[in-house]
Amino acid sequence: MEMAVFLGAGFVALVSAILVFTQKNPVASVVFLVVTLAAQAVLFLLLNAPFVAALQIIVYAGAIMVLFLFVVMLLNLGRDEFGPEKRKFIRPLAVVFALVLVLEVLAIFKTGLLDQARLTYHLDFTGDFGTVAGVGLLLFTRYLYPFEITSVLLLAALLGTVILAKKLPGRKGEL
Amino acid sequence: MAKTETMTLNMGPQHPSTHGVLRLILELDGERVVKCTPVMGYLHTGIEKNAEDKKYMHVLPMTDRMDYLAPMTNNLVFCLAVEKLLNIEIPPKAQWLRVLLNELTRIGSHCVWLGTHALDIGAMSMFLYTFRERERILEIYEMVSGQRMMSSYFRIGGVMEDVPPDFEEKVRAILRDFPARFDEYEALLTKNKIWQNRTKGVAVISGEDAVNCGLSGPTLRGSGVDWDIRKSNPYSGYEKFDFNVPVGQNGDVFDRYVVRMAEMRESLKIVRQALEGLPEGAWMARVPGVTPPPKEEVLFKMEALIFQFKIYTEGFSPPVGEVYFAIESPRGELGYYVRSDGTPKPYRIHFRTPSFCNLSALSRMVEGRLIADVVAAIGSIDIVLGDVDR
Amino acid sequence: MLEQAIIAIIKVAVVLFAILTACAYIVWLERKLVARMQVRLGPTRVGPFGLLQPLADAIKLFTKEEIIVEQANKWLYLVAPLLAFIPAFITFAVIPFGDTVTLFGREVELLISDFNVGILFILGVTSLGVYGVVLAGWSSNSKYSLLGSLRSAAQMISYEISLGLSVIGVLLLAGSLSLVDIVKAQGSVSEWFIWKQPVGFFLYLISAFAETNRAPFDLPEAETELVAGYFTEYSSMKFAMFTIAEYANMVTVAALATTLFLGGWQGPFLPPVVWFLVKVMFFIFLYIWVRATLPRFRYDQLMRFGWLVLLPVGLVNVLVTALAVL
Repeated sequence: MEMAVFLGAGFVALVSAILVFTQKNPVASVVFLVVTLAAQAVLFLLLNAPFVAALQIIVYAGAIMVLFLFVVMLLNLGRDEFGPEKRKFIRPLAVVFALVLVLEVLAIFKTGLLDQARLTYHLDFTGDFGTVAGVGLLLFTRYLYPFEITSVLLLAALLGTVILAKKLPGRKGEL
Repeated sequence: MAKTETMTLNMGPQHPSTHGVLRLILELDGERVVKCTPVMGYLHTGIEKNAEDKKYMHVLPMTDRMDYLAPMTNNLVFCLAVEKLLNIEIPPKAQWLRVLLNELTRIGSHCVWLGTHALDIGAMSMFLYTFRERERILEIYEMVSGQRMMSSYFRIGGVMEDVPPDFEEKVRAILRDFPARFDEYEALLTKNKIWQNRTKGVAVISGEDAVNCGLSGPTLRGSGVDWDIRKSNPYSGYEKFDFNVPVGQNGDVFDRYVVRMAEMRESLKIVRQALEGLPEGAWMARVPGVTPPPKEEVLFKMEALIFQFKIYTEGFSPPVGEVYFAIESPRGELGYYVRSDGTPKPYRIHFRTPSFCNLSALSRMVEGRLIADVVAAIGSIDIVLGDVDR
Repeated sequence: MLEQAIIAIIKVAVVLFAILTACAYIVWLERKLVARMQVRLGPTRVGPFGLLQPLADAIKLFTKEEIIVEQANKWLYLVAPLLAFIPAFITFAVIPFGDTVTLFGREVELLISDFNVGILFILGVTSLGVYGVVLAGWSSNSKYSLLGSLRSAAQMISYEISLGLSVIGVLLLAGSLSLVDIVKAQGSVSEWFIWKQPVGFFLYLISAFAETNRAPFDLPEAETELVAGYFTEYSSMKFAMFTIAEYANMVTVAALATTLFLGGWQGPFLPPVVWFLVKVMFFIFLYIWVRATLPRFRYDQLMRFGWLVLLPVGLVNVLVTALAVL
């Protein structure tokens, strides 16, 4: 049962991820990205992390992607902007990056880095792992500084956006 | 750097809140209106031209069809203009009846304005409440003339018929019920925070601009200009009535709303005075060759029958001359220009309709504002498309 | 295992059927009530008191012509109604509508699934409903639709935040994200969270009105400005799906309000399911009443209200509640 759900969700996630970049229409790409994120949420559920799954839906699928969709819709990007890439070196570069990524994943599994990490960070996948309390506890104890720094960073980004978007006199009609 | 583009939105001629077939070409920057161009003429009826080929009394029923929310007012101004041309006096009873019905018309018209205006701003129930009240006024129309909308009750020289016996009772019922109803409206809207937010400071036009645009009626008075033809150039005996002319201050949608609400109460005052002081006597002037003789005479006297026949077939010919007569319609200055060349048909008739002139201020009111304000502004100008395109 | 699955399927079927019927009859109720408030009669012709009117409406909608706009992006145009429709129903999976009952010798819990982050699940799924609206507006390739969908997406995202904040107070008091636990935490009338969280309750109520695009926040479909908003170009069943989704959302937020603030299905004398229905109907009635009374906000006022009034109030409420709980 669990296996079937896992395979199903994984398949949907993969296929829609592929569809994200094969689509000519950017709006459709965004929609497929949402599907991918939703499928990922299901995977999180299987990993016994319902809180992360819910956040995945609320934050990524429900809020961020809507904004993506806004931008894509309003810029009204045509097909030509998303046509075949003109710069030739992108394709070989992509292959190289993909290879590096595959090698890294293989390395993690083969060399036992995963188990090592589990030991160093005392990760326990049972108990309150993945619940609201568990995640909250980790965020406000062990990962307090990274968490706070991230929030400051986000605040800075937010302010920057507001300043950029605010139409200053004399710059009317331009973004 | 992306250049922001404006979007052109075609609002109307078929749109739920352009009050008919008004078409607006809106240039939008997001939801903000950059430019607003009204396009008129979708309801052009050619009444002006048509009138040139009709005898005077046959023009009268056409005037009902212009401002179809205030048919009596249109009748009145045409009658007054032609009477001035003919230089005839009409009996006091007819005059008072005309004032009474004219003020009821004002209330009825304002009821439709309030209902549709509130509906545009989203207060749906108001529409049905005001139409309930308007129904009472239409019943009076039906009672006196047999018609609910295109009444043609006022005739050149007086009114069509004496009012039926239960007329007074019905009007008294209106006088009794309406103040409470108006309180009800005010309770739902005037102090409502959302309503105030939607109307205060919206579609502002200054008094000076309003005059320069040729605005009139409540739309002008909302901007603080105290000008009402009933006071400045009294007609049909208005000088004998005691009433106030409500004036706004800020020239926004809310002030125009307040002015019209107050006007309805003032109209009730006039109706009460007219009803209480209604003189007895004839309702039609006896001007041989112009006004038809009374029905009893027609039935029993040969000469009267011949007169009636002659009037209705040949018509009457006013002396050569021209006249411009303006009255205060529910929407503003309604002026009729009539020119006679001494034949039974008018040489030229021109209508100075308030809706048309008031509409000219729309662009000025809404440019730079949000699209939702366009709807509020149209409602507050209170246009009737039959009155705009004639 | 199999037995549980069968019970689950039966429950899903019953709930789906119940909500669909409820939606149809809420439309009827709304027409009837609004009519009464507006000195009209409402539907009277089809069946006694017009009770068969929903059926007549359904037949009418089924037999109407399916119009697919020539210039539309067909694929998205067809998917959009589904995207609005499905989330509206999924949310009911976690709402408890009654106590455990014994049916045919089996203990049956009157909810589909007790999810331990149930409330987050609901917030997540409702936030997906935005896609239906946005894509419908965009894919119809009509300006009115686009404006409507932009308005509604901005509105829904903004008010989701205050909706979430209003709920947090309750979560802090209950100490759980599971709706079952939240209901159990409000055992008697005096323990209802509405008494401890009055601010949260009104925040929730206002945000919920906005979230479901109902008057006075019905800007996305402000018929007097934008014709019908995002579903201007839809006809027949696709149109019906949007409408049903809207009413299903109303039922959802009403049910959630019941669960969070009014003690869910609990109450004296009457059976739990009846209490649940009574409380939900109370909210539905409130919806209809407000619609018949208030005018509509303007877009900028709505946004200002959401961000400058509701959001700070919500934050302060969370802070105060948190301090009190500590």
